[in-house]
Amino acid sequence: MIHTVSLSVHYGTFTAVRNASLIVRQGSITAIVGPSGCGKSSFLNALNRMTDLIPSARITGKVSIDCCDIHDNCRSAAELRRCVGMIFQKPNPFPMSIRRNIQLALREHGTRDRTELDAITERVLRDVGLWDEVKDRLDSSALQLSGGQQQRLCIARALALQPQVLLMDEPCSALDPIASAKVESLINNLRSRYTIVIVTHNLAQARRLADDIAVFWIADGAGEIIEQGAAADIFDAPSHPTAAAYLAGTQG
Amino acid sequence: MRSPVISPAWKERVASVAIWVSASLIVGVLAWILIDIFMKGFSQLSISFLRDEVEDAGRGGGIASIIASTLAILTVTLSVAVPLSLATAIALTEYTRDLTRGGRFVRRSLDVLAAVPSIVFGLFGNAFFCIALGMGYSILAGGLTLACMALPIMIRTTEQAIRSVPDEYRFAAAALGLSRTTTMFRVVLPAATPGLAAGLVLGIGRALAETAALLFTSGYVTRMPESLSDSGRALSVHIYDMAMNVPGGNTRACATATVLVLLLLFINGAAVMLMRSVGRHVPPTRSGSV
Amino acid sequence: MTPSSPNTLFRFHIDRWLTLITRGAAIISAAVVLLVVAFLAMESWPALRDIGLRRFLTDESWHPLSGSFNLVPMITGTALTTTGALLIAVPLGISSAVFGQFYAPPWMAVWHRRLVELLAGIPSVVFGLWGLVVLVPLLAPLGGSGQSLLAATLVLSLMIVPTIALTSHSALSSVPHELIAGGAALGLQRWAIVWRIALPAGKAGIKTGLLLATCRALGETMAVLMLAGNVPRMPDSVVSPIRTLTANIALEMGYATSEHRAILFVSGLVLLSVVSLFVLVIDFVGGWKNA
Repeated sequence: MIHTVSLSVHYGTFTAVRNASLIVRQGSITAIVGPSGCGKSSFLNALNRMTDLIPSARITGKVSIDCCDIHDNCRSAAELRRCVGMIFQKPNPFPMSIRRNIQLALREHGTRDRTELDAITERVLRDVGLWDEVKDRLDSSALQLSGGQQQRLCIARALALQPQVLLMDEPCSALDPIASAKVESLINNLRSRYTIVIVTHNLAQARRLADDIAVFWIADGAGEIIEQGAAADIFDAPSHPTAAAYLAGTQG
Repeated sequence: MRSPVISPAWKERVASVAIWVSASLIVGVLAWILIDIFMKGFSQLSISFLRDEVEDAGRGGGIASIIASTLAILTVTLSVAVPLSLATAIALTEYTRDLTRGGRFVRRSLDVLAAVPSIVFGLFGNAFFCIALGMGYSILAGGLTLACMALPIMIRTTEQAIRSVPDEYRFAAAALGLSRTTTMFRVVLPAATPGLAAGLVLGIGRALAETAALLFTSGYVTRMPESLSDSGRALSVHIYDMAMNVPGGNTRACATATVLVLLLLFINGAAVMLMRSVGRHVPPTRSGSV
Repeated sequence: MTPSSPNTLFRFHIDRWLTLITRGAAIISAAVVLLVVAFLAMESWPALRDIGLRRFLTDESWHPLSGSFNLVPMITGTALTTTGALLIAVPLGISSAVFGQFYAPPWMAVWHRRLVELLAGIPSVVFGLWGLVVLVPLLAPLGGSGQSLLAATLVLSLMIVPTIALTSHSALSSVPHELIAGGAALGLQRWAIVWRIALPAGKAGIKTGLLLATCRALGETMAVLMLAGNVPRMPDSVVSPIRTLTANIALEMGYATSEHRAILFVSGLVLLSVVSLFVLVIDFVGGWKNA
């Protein structure tokens, strides 16, 4: 589904990620783990060309999603981001009503019919488990929701565009434990319908959720993937010594 | 032995008195001015003052045509300055984010523009709008000249308002594949509305207080204007004329001044309230009015 | 990045349009000041060519209708009013800022600042009016008609006090609290802290305020027009009537013809140059606080 070949991310003269080659299987949940500052977020941002927003950012190497090179002509950045949704660490609903939050991007991408929009809104809110909580106040401000609800709203907002891939950058780290658990169980339920790549600090969470795992580490000042594969294999018998130490909690 | 840094008590006392006296002086004079103007003009204030046309070179009747001219000039100014300042502010925030050479050049020119004396704007307006573009003494020429003057402060305020919108909204919008245009007009600008309104209001305040620039662009005519190419007299120009050129016109000048000051008080108060709701203070009005 | 659906095509193009329009607007905005300079230069050119800069300083007097174009009395008028106004306004303005920051109880400081902002918003023509009806009669007993250098300077100082007060206030409030606390911990009392720590620390911002106030004073027209007496001669004393460059332009534009008019544009150009110089100095010294 996602295939990166020697992906490097540079910000000016600083290299954040070096030669990252990763294969993400369709319908799986892949966890990207590693200590802070080893390029995990930069790697993730490169996958949906969010790096385009940073003037000094440069990408080398190849990224294909669904067999199509993302820098190629087959898709514009906007279309790419419709198929590849992103959830941020800190929930960032727009300062508008819940309904508009979900429908804004739908309208942008071509859906105009009111009934269709409302139907999609209900579907995704049910999918994330928010429908019962907010169905009576769809037109009130999204900012009034709790942190966990806001994050689930952001996931719903991304799901409304029917993406194939969801990229999540530490989606639970800004949430309290209860909200975090809710979001985690939501992610679990999305498995197999979507391909999910989740960056996380929380090894226990990775263990719970991930089918596959990639371990990042800093080598020579840039982030590299030092270990990757099926989660069960890596957690039980990591081959790279640093990865082993990290996963055992003795380093990083 | 006394540390040389600790000052003797009397110095502190004197300084304290001086500071308090200065502060009171400023406030006192402010009150003096406002009260004086109001008291002297009070006798002339009435609904008919606002409604009637000018008579007897301003000694009689009211200021209805003046108010109409002022509003007409203001409309011209805003119709040009608002879109231009909004578009320029967007350019400065979104597309020259990293203070490129172009961005710095634009900013520097605007800084100089902000400091240009208003009589110099009057000269420019006269040479460019009235003569070169053939508008003659007209409301149009006056309005356009004021637009040039209001531009720097409106751009500055609008830019601040846009920059104060948190980046996370932009990132969320980008991640959803929204175009830059949609992001700007449906997410960022709506979120920046209080600041934008403050900019608008400051621009209005600047334009209303202007006098010198209008003397040679929109002129002195007291008739009710019928079109934008008519000459018209603004409130501030009327005050000047009544005070300097019309014997016995002082009272009416004060009355007109009261109207103008109340209007400006209202407008500036609105600006301050709007700015506070964005969490920023109104920039020091160093180019207040001439 | 070839778009592959009609909707994307639209969005691709609309972003291009937005960039085009906004950049165009920025260019227009930046060009305004250039246009101003250009037109002033154009209109001044005949005077510079035919009369030459030297005569503006050496002619006998200012009698444009008889071909005499000495601008020195007006330049002196501008210089004197500006300097006088600064002498009064600087201590007052800085005191106001110090008051709000260090001496007044918080609620009073807020209100004081609001009143200063109010003062800043009063149009200059209203200042001129007040000066004319209140101050001039008060000053008349001192000599002359009351419309004089003194009257103009006093009111001008009132007008620039807010500029100095508000910028100094910004400068003082950005002084890191640790510095102030450090002074207090050493046993310094209020005034000592202000004089020895806060003001030096806020120097840059205060200087910016001074430069801005100077620009404002130099460019002021209406108030000095109404209060200075408008006699284009060198002043004998503080109660002599004088005329500033700005008032000169305002008074004579109405009836000036070609040559005379061109000279007025020259004085406008001079004002513009001086003010631009100040602004560029501020910019380069980096004291600019906005955006």
